[in-house]
Amino acid sequence: MSRENSRGLRRIALEIVHSLRSFFGTFGAGQIFFLRILVNIPYALARPRLIIKQVYVTGVQSLVVIMLAGFFVGMVLALQSFLTLSRFGAEDSIGMVAALGLVRELGPVVTALLFAGRAGTALSSEIGLMRATDQLSGMEMMAVDPIKRVIVPRFLGGVIAMPILAAIFSAMGIFGAWLEGVVILGVDEGAFWSQMQAQVDLRDDVMSGVIKSVFFGIAASLLAVFEGYNSAPTAEGVGRATTRAVVHTSLTVLILNFMLTAWLLGGK
Amino acid sequence: MDVAGPDMPRAPAAPGCPGDDNIIVIRGLAYSRGQTAIFDGLDLDIRRGSVTAIMGPSGTGKTTLLRLVTGQELPQRGSILFDGAEVTRLRRRQLFQMRKRVGMLFQNGALLTDIDVYENVAFPLREHTRLPERLIRHIVLTKLHAVGLRGAWQMMPSELSGGMARRVALARAIVMDPEIIYYDEPFVGLDPISKGVILRLIRRLNDALGLTSVVVTHDVDEVSTIADCTHLLAEGKVAASGTPAQLRNHPSETVTQFMTGMADGPVPFHYPAPDYVEQLLGGVRPTGGLMR
Repeated sequence: MSRENSRGLRRIALEIVHSLRSFFGTFGAGQIFFLRILVNIPYALARPRLIIKQVYVTGVQSLVVIMLAGFFVGMVLALQSFLTLSRFGAEDSIGMVAALGLVRELGPVVTALLFAGRAGTALSSEIGLMRATDQLSGMEMMAVDPIKRVIVPRFLGGVIAMPILAAIFSAMGIFGAWLEGVVILGVDEGAFWSQMQAQVDLRDDVMSGVIKSVFFGIAASLLAVFEGYNSAPTAEGVGRATTRAVVHTSLTVLILNFMLTAWLLGGK
Repeated sequence: MDVAGPDMPRAPAAPGCPGDDNIIVIRGLAYSRGQTAIFDGLDLDIRRGSVTAIMGPSGTGKTTLLRLVTGQELPQRGSILFDGAEVTRLRRRQLFQMRKRVGMLFQNGALLTDIDVYENVAFPLREHTRLPERLIRHIVLTKLHAVGLRGAWQMMPSELSGGMARRVALARAIVMDPEIIYYDEPFVGLDPISKGVILRLIRRLNDALGLTSVVVTHDVDEVSTIADCTHLLAEGKVAASGTPAQLRNHPSETVTQFMTGMADGPVPFHYPAPDYVEQLLGGVRPTGGLMR
């Protein structure tokens, strides 16, 4: 092996070691950050106004996006399942198919991805800008811990908002599926609702979606506030933190979704 | 009270900054950022009740000194005493206790942008006291009145000018009746009227409330009118201490260059660079980024 090749390999190996060290360093810092959040939750609970404001900012202000997305996802789901099921004469089942798909998978996952893009970026950039404009240092100098006052309310706001948004997404999706299937494609309305009622189980299906959305809420909110809090105090730093928050949240949600699905289906 | 004990050597005599009652005593402070040494054996005293200016060319670590004194950063070596307590050894809770006795005015005010002026000033009171709303209102309006912005109580930080934002931040800094206030570049970017207002407020509040004020600044002329004592930082140490008048006549070239604003001197105008002709003719090719 030539000297240049061995030097190249050595450089690649060093970069891999550096990346791994950086990954584990960030992972460890994230865990400590999460612990600090958990420890300070009682402080935030004693100031419910701060949390309610964040539920409004992350939840209510994301409503239009979530409702529109849910509605069109439901319509597409009905259209696609109608085309496939009608080959077997089972087009009456599209209500059940749409509801199961939305409640168990698409509702929590797509809501989490949209949350990362809408509310997650807003959280990261807001906290990053607070860092860049010395607002966090200012709090520290006033003997106020920014984790308590800024981070925990935003984290809890996201965790509370996510399952509600996922439920609204699924409800709008079912409405979209009904409109597409029953009103436009002419599927029997009675069959649409009765199949859904008979096949969608509250404990197995609805609860599995709720559990997923709670986990996604924790992951998405944690990553958003973590990236914002640790962003470099510059315009570029805030931009990078925001991008990292979206990318990391999206990947985490998809990986977590597989793990949770395997876990929730594992008991059957 | 002199917090420098028998084992604590006194800082070099500072003519014009007399006093044994020092609220801050710094000895042998060493701090580096990466490979760059910011401080190397810095000794400095701040007299209780005085207005002290910390001056020096850009990059000499004036703001870093404030961060060290307030425990936002830790030095590699040395001692920082705040009213007898070693800041470098304080735990987080003790540090927060110390900071309740301290006010700080950041360069940009650092007002919380999601709440209005009134709530910004009330913020420390709400966090640290259980005072009734009526009393909080009384204190907040009194402090806003002191900085001339009682009428702006409903405004949001985004609606304030730079000078107004700094005055609101000053009202917030004094709302807990601190013993000492640190001003980090309080005059940067202000018009002459706002500058004059802030300048007079620093002196007036210091005397009326019995505070100690530490002003980090470049503005030689402005701060000369209010400072009891000025410390000039250069090369990681205090290059000179004294009244502004004494510094103007200081024998050190570094001090004279700074006080008179000469472009070249011990602090060079040119950043270290390769030979000009050689670089122009392409002998040394600057490495560049994607934008070139």
